[in-house]
Amino acid sequence: MPDVTTAADRLLLSGNEAVALGALHAGVALGTGYPGTPSTEILEHLSAIGGRAQWAPNEKVALEVAIGAAWAAGRAMATMKHVGLNVAADPFFTVAYTGTVGALIVVSADDPGMASSQNEQDNRRYALAAGVPMLEPADSQEAYDFVREAARLSERWGTPVLVRMTTRLCHSRTVVRPREAEPAPPTHFEHRRRERTMIPAGARPAHGRLRKKLADIAAWGETAPLHRRVDGDPALGIVTSGVAYQHAREAAPEATFLKLGLTYPLPLEAIRTFADGVERCVVVEEGDPYLVEACRTAGIAVEGKPEAYRLGELTVGRVRRMLAGEADARPAHPAGKAPALCPGCPHRSVFEVLRKMDLIVPGDIGCYSLGVLPPYEAMDSLVCMGAAIGMGLGLRHALPEAEARRVVSIIGDSTFVHSGITGLVEMMYNPPPTGHVVLILDNGTTAMTGLQEHPGTGRTLDHRPTGQIVFEDLARALGVPNVHVVDPRTEQDRLEALLAEALAGSEPTVLIARRPCLLAAKKRRHLQRETEG
Amino acid sequence: MPADTVTNVVIAGLGGQGVIKASDILAEAAFRAGHDVKKSELHGMSQRGGAVSSDVRFGPEVASPMVPDGEADVLLVLAEDQLDVFRWRLAEAGTLILPGRVDADALPHRRTLNVALLGVLSACLDLDEAHWLEAIRANLRPRHHRENEQAFRLGREAGTV
Repeated sequence: MPDVTTAADRLLLSGNEAVALGALHAGVALGTGYPGTPSTEILEHLSAIGGRAQWAPNEKVALEVAIGAAWAAGRAMATMKHVGLNVAADPFFTVAYTGTVGALIVVSADDPGMASSQNEQDNRRYALAAGVPMLEPADSQEAYDFVREAARLSERWGTPVLVRMTTRLCHSRTVVRPREAEPAPPTHFEHRRRERTMIPAGARPAHGRLRKKLADIAAWGETAPLHRRVDGDPALGIVTSGVAYQHAREAAPEATFLKLGLTYPLPLEAIRTFADGVERCVVVEEGDPYLVEACRTAGIAVEGKPEAYRLGELTVGRVRRMLAGEADARPAHPAGKAPALCPGCPHRSVFEVLRKMDLIVPGDIGCYSLGVLPPYEAMDSLVCMGAAIGMGLGLRHALPEAEARRVVSIIGDSTFVHSGITGLVEMMYNPPPTGHVVLILDNGTTAMTGLQEHPGTGRTLDHRPTGQIVFEDLARALGVPNVHVVDPRTEQDRLEALLAEALAGSEPTVLIARRPCLLAAKKRRHLQRETEG
Repeated sequence: MPADTVTNVVIAGLGGQGVIKASDILAEAAFRAGHDVKKSELHGMSQRGGAVSSDVRFGPEVASPMVPDGEADVLLVLAEDQLDVFRWRLAEAGTLILPGRVDADALPHRRTLNVALLGVLSACLDLDEAHWLEAIRANLRPRHHRENEQAFRLGREAGTV
């Protein structure tokens, strides 16, 4: 593989790799996050090129760890997919009040079009809601540059900075010219108790400081070198940001462009001047009408897009139709072969049992989400990480007894560590009269995102041994009376018998169906061969 | 920015066939030849045996990372049964490359089909063979270099006929 740490003057990098290299060259001393498509490869790459990167149990913990590092005057980065920021929203909003000393870069990888996600929420709204400055790169070069810029902005104003990526940026490779790396600054601790302890007496002035800071950044942003103007025919002016800029440039090569880099706070006066100087001013943006609404609120007359263009990814063709004022009549294309559980996947054995027993199965997020598809059709819901347990308990509380006894919550090992543990606590604290059954599908890896380690595997991001969370010990420590571990492949009958017994009884039960993912086992053998040389 | 100076290639197939690897090699060959290059695909669910495709664009300057609908100069399909899924991506005068272009029995290994078809592709693109071979070596493990170079040459010969 090409070694990107050498002083090559031109590299071909994915957006994720560019974020990692930008972070390394910005002197980021710690990268932390939770795997989630399309963000996963950022930390993997950071580790591969010699940076310090680690998986946290979930995004909230990751962001808290990064905040601590930034309070120690270090430069830190937390990475996550868009829905991960929902999990991390609590610290995200309030660290905007407390501020930071060192740089705190939060990377949110949104998924317009939902290539691998449960929704297509537009996280630009988070920047506005929390009062956190946001940068939106449009290719790998800008991903590299903007991460370095985020570090500077963050330290200059003592604020977290959101770098908003999208699937297309994360997973596209484009040319990057890196610059000289900066060293990581020395760390130290300074008490700032009033600034960081958000009791109301501290939080009230902190909110005032935040708004002042944002006003200063907005003023600076009006002329910041983060925005790009491309002069063309003044008949059509396009205000845009992110990858939408690339599509628009190709769809309307003759147009005049204002391509925004800092998209919160917005350079509204620069946009106003731009709009005044063109005959027709159109905002081209993917997802929500975030820029359009901000412009209109500021009294800038701009054209937006019809509502249909809000759904899914933009493409050159869609931008062409949008600019031509055409309806979003997307041609229907035949669907390709759908993904399926691998042949020999241990989840298959579990779903065979679940289907046969005709159960009510609140499910969760991972490879096993594919259990909702034929041939199994044995999962009833998928909402968010860890939801299977709480929702299963709610169903048990509400349903008549005969139905309640058919409810089994299924959750994968990495998802269980991420957000399932508090669900088990709830099961013990508010047990339904019929009890409940939680089935942990433990394949020893975070499979769907590409076989990442997690606290249940007992190995770090770079596969070194570390402390291991043992699910059966944890469940017993919480007081769960029935805990069983079963191999779904070799003990399929036993799995069925244990399930039947637990459903008939009225006690909280945790069943752990443990058998390693075949792909993970193969990868582990490969890593072992490499370490042994 | 004159879009007609950009070469658009779409590589498609099923998860596990080396679609992404093939597009990495093509992108790197074009990159080593000094072009502006953009390459795009979606990871995630497609890793589980589903249909997968990757777009590679190169030229003096490339804007969107995705090949616009119906504008692929070349469509390379690794799984023939997925052809109908991806045919719409090909331009009217575009070139279609299917697995039948190489003799499967002559391949050094079944897994080298992707690189063999890159060989066929190489015959219709203006990129030096040296860049292709460097790109193959840079993207594959050393123990797989020989068989893939062999597969590439096999495809390149088939493509030149």
